[in-house]
Amino acid sequence: MISIICYLIVSTIMLCAGIYGFFTRHNLLAMLISVELMLNATDINFAVFNRLLYPNGQEGYFFALFSIAISAAETAIAIAIMINIYRNIRSIQVDKINKMKW
Amino acid sequence: MEITIQTVVFLFLALFITLTSVLTVTTQRIVRSATYLLFTLFATAGIYFLLGYTFLGSVQMIVYAGGIMVLYVFSILLTSGRSDNVERIKNSRMFAVLAAVLGGAAILLFIYSKYQFLQVGDNKVTEVTIQSLGTNLMSSNKYGYLLPFEAISVFLLACIVGGIVIAQKEEDKK
Repeated sequence: MISIICYLIVSTIMLCAGIYGFFTRHNLLAMLISVELMLNATDINFAVFNRLLYPNGQEGYFFALFSIAISAAETAIAIAIMINIYRNIRSIQVDKINKMKW
Repeated sequence: MEITIQTVVFLFLALFITLTSVLTVTTQRIVRSATYLLFTLFATAGIYFLLGYTFLGSVQMIVYAGGIMVLYVFSILLTSGRSDNVERIKNSRMFAVLAAVLGGAAILLFIYSKYQFLQVGDNKVTEVTIQSLGTNLMSSNKYGYLLPFEAISVFLLACIVGGIVIAQKEEDKK
């Protein structure tokens, strides 16, 4: 029987890797990839809490399902914004984005 | 603690997730970063399968590994410039971030180890049937999820429209 702590350690490592990448990367796409890592860690937590602590309910299952849908939509919008930024200033490095349009 | 095949699979997945998620944020080239993210997503789907949530694992593989990764790869190819590959990070900044992240992880693990989890579910794989899933997703009683389902559908429609509006060329304004 695998303890819940083991699953939580895995998701903690994933979350901390995501936070680290979000702070150190300069490319917008790499930052978005780090955000995906963090979202994945929370999804694992939802599923694990539902499975091992409340196996009669299905709340965590549905939360993970909806979270996947929302992160897909968020990624699509963020990539659209990045392509628009690239079209304007020919780069998606965050230190080059230092002025707004108006 | 006896060694079952479940434990072996879990250990493999845990090591794989640790390795690939750390490599995702430490590798310098962004295409490699996206590839490691793909492996991380597959291993996460493996954890869902291990927990008995096969539908969730399938959704993870289809939506993330199938849909989002294609978006990532295409946008990387569209937006990568010549000098974007090598990122120079200041050492002091990197060490500060590393210290903050490791401190946060230590606090989280300390809380996990102190809290008494009341673990009632065993690791026996009992699959959630598709029938109960669909009934709950489409019903509006106490355990129904009709309202979030509809909200998600409107939200996805808004994202489609918003994505088209944001990404279209602005030639008619000029």
